[in-house]
Amino acid sequence: MSTHVSTSTRAERPDWLWHLGVAVFIVLWWLIYQQLIPFSEWVTAMFPVERHSHTGEAIAFFFYDVPKVLLLLTLIVFAMGVVRSFFSAEKTRALLSGKREGVGNVLSAGLGILTPFCSCSAVPLFIGFVSAGVPLGVTFSFLIAAPMVNEVALVLLFGLVGWQVAVTYLAFGLGIAIMAGFIIGKLRLEGWLQDWVRDIHSGADAPVMADHERLTMADRYELGVEAVREIFSKVWVWIVLGIGMGALIHGYVPEDLMVRIMGADAWWSVPAAVILGIPMYTNAAGVIPIVEALLGKGAALGTVLAFMMSVIALSLPEMIILRQVLTLRLIAVFIGVVGSGILAVGFLFNLIF
Amino acid sequence: MKTVKVYGPGCKRCETAETMVKDTATKLGIEVDVEKITDPRSIAMAGVISTPGISVDGKLVHAGGLPQADALEKWLRA
Repeated sequence: MSTHVSTSTRAERPDWLWHLGVAVFIVLWWLIYQQLIPFSEWVTAMFPVERHSHTGEAIAFFFYDVPKVLLLLTLIVFAMGVVRSFFSAEKTRALLSGKREGVGNVLSAGLGILTPFCSCSAVPLFIGFVSAGVPLGVTFSFLIAAPMVNEVALVLLFGLVGWQVAVTYLAFGLGIAIMAGFIIGKLRLEGWLQDWVRDIHSGADAPVMADHERLTMADRYELGVEAVREIFSKVWVWIVLGIGMGALIHGYVPEDLMVRIMGADAWWSVPAAVILGIPMYTNAAGVIPIVEALLGKGAALGTVLAFMMSVIALSLPEMIILRQVLTLRLIAVFIGVVGSGILAVGFLFNLIF
Repeated sequence: MKTVKVYGPGCKRCETAETMVKDTATKLGIEVDVEKITDPRSIAMAGVISTPGISVDGKLVHAGGLPQADALEKWLRA
């Protein structure tokens, strides 16, 4: 056995250095953010095209939106990474276990946004929650809110469409998660879980973790940086492709075509958008730039939001994963309840705006 | 010989966690038997609700996200 046990590979930087680094980063970020329009105009001027032609518009749109979205994502994903380090699935479960429906659904949807969650651990999390006495409906509120209301979707909506739409999406996303969970809870469908799930009581005698990992502020910042790295490696292709698509639609698709297909007058457009969204599976990054361009061409806001929520919250691959713990009947109820909520949001928006 | 179990359905981070365990063990010169648990039912049974989870000799030491390098060394040495 080697006697030379090397010390931790992690560079030990003191907290104050991190605070300073984060402050410098924010100032630099702000300065760069101010230069977005001059930058896109400068790049566009280098192309041998007329600035106000379709092509010129598309190029300017692309070189303004891509850096803007990447900058916004860096800041917000970092901040969320730091905030999430204060939460964990285990703490959330302890908070939610035995909570009454109603209050529990609201709390659960909120925690769904703040708790670190990866859709690959949806099944263990589901079982862990239900077996530890978190009511079924409350568990569903968490599982609906966690993917639907995520910072990538919100940043993209904010950056590409506007803060009003981002805030509305946040509010209605939470609303659907709360209501759908509440309704599923009221239906008393515990018997529709797969048999083996009901027999597990992992919560009661769950092993307690040997030592609690204490995180310093530096650790939390590091987790924030890690989150940025992970999101970027996953979504940058989608953002560039998505905004590229958006730029094309922006420059070339005739306006009245979209108004006819996706305008507020066509009542069937909302249900069509929801159904179309179910088999589609992409993350928020891929779908939102297209959404923005469609909006710009006269597609109705409610129809577009319904499409987006359906793509993110009702995805076929996720249903297949959940099939391991839920019976088909329960999955059908889940799709029905969440789908109705999305429909309602779509129609409501088309009516108001 | 220590028995280490890495719980995770097979996402990228779970694989990274497994590699980290193996590399750290090699570095410390500790013999370990690393077992990867990918079945969601077994993961849930072990009480892991956020993946990747790590247990050493039957004791759950970590769940959710990648472990810290120094903490991992401590668990393996203990």
